[in-house]
Amino acid sequence: MRTLRLIALHLRVVAMYEMQYRVNFFLQLFQSLLATGTGLVVLALVYGQVDELNGWSRPELLVVLGVFTVLGGLVQAVIKPNVVQFMEEVADGTLDYVLAKPVDAQLLVSIRAVRFWQAVDILVGAIVMSVGAAQLRPGPGLLAVLGFLAALGFAAVIVYCFLLLLATTAFWFVRVDTFVESFDGIYQAGRWPVGIYPSWLRIGLTAVVPVGFAVTVPAQALTGQLSWPTLAGAAALAGTLAIVTRVCWRLGLRHYSGASS
Amino acid sequence: MSERISTASRPRALFDLYRTQARMAVARESQYRMRNVMSLIGFLTEPVVYLAVWTAVAQAKGGSVGGYTPGTLAAYFIAWTLVRNMNVVFTPYGFEWRIRSGEMSGQLLRPAHPIHYDLAYFAGWKVVWFTMWLPIAAALVLLFRPELHPEPVEIAVFAVAIWGAYLVRSLFQWLIGLITFFTTRVAALFEVYIVAELMLSGRLVPMALMPSWVQTVAGYLPFKWTFGFPIEALVGQLGTRTLLTGLGTQLLWIGIGSSLLALTWRAAVRRYSAVGN
Repeated sequence: MRTLRLIALHLRVVAMYEMQYRVNFFLQLFQSLLATGTGLVVLALVYGQVDELNGWSRPELLVVLGVFTVLGGLVQAVIKPNVVQFMEEVADGTLDYVLAKPVDAQLLVSIRAVRFWQAVDILVGAIVMSVGAAQLRPGPGLLAVLGFLAALGFAAVIVYCFLLLLATTAFWFVRVDTFVESFDGIYQAGRWPVGIYPSWLRIGLTAVVPVGFAVTVPAQALTGQLSWPTLAGAAALAGTLAIVTRVCWRLGLRHYSGASS
Repeated sequence: MSERISTASRPRALFDLYRTQARMAVARESQYRMRNVMSLIGFLTEPVVYLAVWTAVAQAKGGSVGGYTPGTLAAYFIAWTLVRNMNVVFTPYGFEWRIRSGEMSGQLLRPAHPIHYDLAYFAGWKVVWFTMWLPIAAALVLLFRPELHPEPVEIAVFAVAIWGAYLVRSLFQWLIGLITFFTTRVAALFEVYIVAELMLSGRLVPMALMPSWVQTVAGYLPFKWTFGFPIEALVGQLGTRTLLTGLGTQLLWIGIGSSLLALTWRAAVRRYSAVGN
């Protein structure tokens, strides 16, 4: 309960701050539409040549593009700004102030910095996803939608844990911003179902940097291609990552030696 | 005195400027080897994704799409990685920073046009990147098995064309960067440029796979001379005549870019007001 109140409070502060810069909403909307438009053109090019790509029809890939955009919006709006701020604080020692507060530090570093207008991506992605889902024949049933929501939740947890895990290495290596920057590039691979990649890359995008997996599973759920073992696998991966991240966070905190300058 | 030096021995002085600046770039960037290798590896996702998608399309169509087989597609996108490295130039975002931090003021006081410093620095940087790119390219060749049988003339044209591409892209990104003299911010415009480049240059997909009207439009624009042309010079079967005309067209765009830059520069400098500290 206290956690939820804390999150709500932080969101309110961020919203009040960002409402001062309303033009940024239009800039963000413009960039969002440009990126999504590019994605749509590529889909048109591909489906101008073939009717089916590796078993995925056009509306199904539209769903993939939507999930990719929603999850990308979540990364850019919530996960990355928080993680980046945390890394900077480890480097210059101001993490001390976070640790001194009477709440769980991992919670606090995960909810402070939110880039409000970036959330436009989530909206645009949801629209693309709905358009794709509406064109599916047969349409998704209730079970598919529930599976999709669960898978999307797992995907969010997987991506959050993965990024925080990368950032936690800052406790040992201090300057790790390039790791997190290179995540942006690799995330682009999630634009397509993980099955189209050669096997070595498929394994990499599932086990090493699980972005391909994270995007593909919710899309599979909505398009009726998901088997229950895969969903269970996603749940297991999310759970394991959450525990590993928590353990690494604790170890890292013990290693953290405080203000450097 | 300074007037005499700058007019009498200008080409020589400019040559020295380029040489020194490029050598500085090599020395400086060689220090950050890990960072440079990481950025080169970061560039790989984009072509690997395109390659995977179009290979899947080619296979779904029974082995080839628009004349490209999985082998030639692999060759296209591996050559792409080198061209992409060559195409890294001073970006408009860098201009934003220069203007907002006030660094531009210092650059305006230098004896030569600021673009020379950028051109020389990034050219020197390419040397460092090229040596780091070689092992990456070897790995890509092993993984993707490209089909590539270039003739000597194609290799020669490719070697020249990647520098032509570098100049064309530098000039046009500088032009966009100059907008910051008027607006201080440029992100939105730059993103439009990047989307146009993706569609019209052969960066996203070989131009042969685009609808024919897009290819026609692209013929009148500078973009394809920065990606598609150098890559196709090496990978495609363009024929000596098309190769030479291509180099000529690059030269033409370098001329157009420089003239536009010279004109805009004069207006921009007059407009310049140092922001920042």
